[in-house]
Amino acid sequence: MLDKLIAGPPSRRQYIAYGLMVGVLLVLPLFLSDFRLALVGKYLAFAVAAVGLDLLWGYAGVLSLGHAVFFSLGAYSMAMHMKLQSEALPDFMVWSGLEQLPWFWEPFRHFAFALPMAVVIPAVFAIIIGYPTFRSGIRGVYFSILTQAMALAMSILFIGQQPYTGGTNGMTNFQSLAGISLYKSGMRLGLYLATVVTLVGVVALALWLVKTRTGTVLMAIRDGENRLRFLGYNPVRYKLATFALSAGIAGLAGALFVPQVGIISPSSMSILPSVEMAIWVAVGGRGTIVGAAAGAVVVNWAKTVFSESLPEAWLYVFGGLFIGVVLLFPRGLAGIADQLRALWRTLPGRPAHAPQPQQRAPEPARSPAADGSRNHASLALPVVEPVAATAERES
Amino acid sequence: MRGLRSRCLTNLPTWSDMSLTTTAMQIFNSLSISSVLLMVALGLSITFGIMRVINFAHGEFVMIGAYVTFLTDRLLYDALGGGTWFLVALLAAFVVTAAIGYLTERSLIRFLYGRPFESILATWGLSLVLQQLARNIFGASNVEVRTPAWLQGGLALADGIQLPANRLFIIAVAVLCVWGTYLFLNRTGAGRSMRAVMQNRSMAGAMGINTAAVDARTFALGSGLAGVAGCVVSLLGSVGPATGQNWIIDSFMVVVLGGVGSIAGAVAGAVLIGAASPLFEFITTSSMGKVIIFALIVVFLQFRPAGFLVQRTRALEGQH
Repeated sequence: MLDKLIAGPPSRRQYIAYGLMVGVLLVLPLFLSDFRLALVGKYLAFAVAAVGLDLLWGYAGVLSLGHAVFFSLGAYSMAMHMKLQSEALPDFMVWSGLEQLPWFWEPFRHFAFALPMAVVIPAVFAIIIGYPTFRSGIRGVYFSILTQAMALAMSILFIGQQPYTGGTNGMTNFQSLAGISLYKSGMRLGLYLATVVTLVGVVALALWLVKTRTGTVLMAIRDGENRLRFLGYNPVRYKLATFALSAGIAGLAGALFVPQVGIISPSSMSILPSVEMAIWVAVGGRGTIVGAAAGAVVVNWAKTVFSESLPEAWLYVFGGLFIGVVLLFPRGLAGIADQLRALWRTLPGRPAHAPQPQQRAPEPARSPAADGSRNHASLALPVVEPVAATAERES
Repeated sequence: MRGLRSRCLTNLPTWSDMSLTTTAMQIFNSLSISSVLLMVALGLSITFGIMRVINFAHGEFVMIGAYVTFLTDRLLYDALGGGTWFLVALLAAFVVTAAIGYLTERSLIRFLYGRPFESILATWGLSLVLQQLARNIFGASNVEVRTPAWLQGGLALADGIQLPANRLFIIAVAVLCVWGTYLFLNRTGAGRSMRAVMQNRSMAGAMGINTAAVDARTFALGSGLAGVAGCVVSLLGSVGPATGQNWIIDSFMVVVLGGVGSIAGAVAGAVLIGAASPLFEFITTSSMGKVIIFALIVVFLQFRPAGFLVQRTRALEGQH
């Protein structure tokens, strides 16, 4: 169904490369201004969300086009906390004529409540949305379309509930977080480092998860959900758990995003940002975890560069990127090296490493039996199997 | 879809004002919204049914149709008196968007067959490019299309009940489009081969149908229908680069509700969503209405996961 994606465990060399990347991220603050550092922090928060989406899409094969909702739910949780740090009654509530803080705002005063909620609320919301849809067998693009409609509905809901959410403008003008002023020296650095640590943690969690038995089941869902069902697994449970985990990670990313960027509004939870998340993963390489994180950083960095120099051209570049990645680099940045290697092998005058023709001969026997009939034939006549298979294919 | 509410309910302030007259008017207005949704969804449904490609640039074909109408207005309003220019625009909207759709299929969509996820991303990119193109050509602000004189009045049914002519016209165009599509699919050779490919691509190919040509034709037809929708949408409000975005998600909901590749399902889905949106937005608020509709769709899919009308097949998974 889906093209097979490389999902092997990282090699020793890859681990060294990852270590170098983390090293670069850790020394970056020495060279960047606070403004640029917050920008990189934003990219890294996006990278966290991309890793979560990659688990869901790249491994379980479920593409959510409503992930910006989960990201924003996390961001809103943290924004509510920061709003209550400096204002007894947030400014937009005053403007909308509320005189008392709504009850569900009250606990967000405490950082120890707001931070876990940034993960729990999106995860629970994902289960509420995911359970009925997965249970009724809605898959593939139908699920994507439904989550997209969810993103639209949620953003309209948040715009409409002005007294509770700040409406179209969302929330901004934050002063402090967990009792520490956002403008205190070192606070920016602290937020940045927290983001780096979270990213490393989430990447490690994801790399571990996909190596476990559960990870194998997820890939089996992606490659052949019905076969997995016939083997006695219940894909709903796995998909639901991954969806919730992925949403929780997105919420955590949102919670890291909002103190560094300083604003959250319903425009961040609508359809476009949700599709953007999918494009980060596609650019980086589906099913590669680290590639997805890199994709988020690269795409957003390009977005900053273009919107600073050529704001008019950005949408052309961005739209072109969508099309180009899909047509030319279906496996993203992570796959480009392999694609180049394959191209190199096909170059004329390089016979040494070219695949030998006889390597392809036993393929009918090794390839997964796509049709039951061939399997049957191989059971009955194991000796002549390759010949029979070839003959059947040609007929 | 705040746009829908403002378009349908501008003269309905509160419950207490809701009389029989306004109820009738509201039903009528929602029917015209359903008609537009239907025309947009029909193209989506056919293209998804036949090539398993999700076209998120479909809304931009609506936009192109609307801009073609705007151009016809500017070029032919004076030359063709009496408002016949609008009929020219209707035809031009179909032809131009069908042609652009054909080119899109040949240059982009045909590489995406059987890759629905990738098709979402690529066509989304296309839609961004088309919107930005429209912004650069026509400006970021919306433009107005003049309503021809013969669509300005209304049909007075009783005292106080007057059906606006432009909305009647929209319903008529939608009915013609559905009828035409039905006849085309069922009575012509080209339409039959389209249905054959929809039902079983490889078998149709083995029978000598040129499936690649059918794909291109189908995509052009679907795009053309969206163009017609764009033309009539210009009667309801101003035209802008985001015109298509107002319709695309609801149209996808129509397809999901109705079942892929089914005309009757699309009609049922469009009427339901067109009627339910203003109703729920009216009973609650515009923002809650949207959430309720979404929740209802999810609940509905519990009982009919594949929509109202499904093509019966023995295949466990759809053919890709």
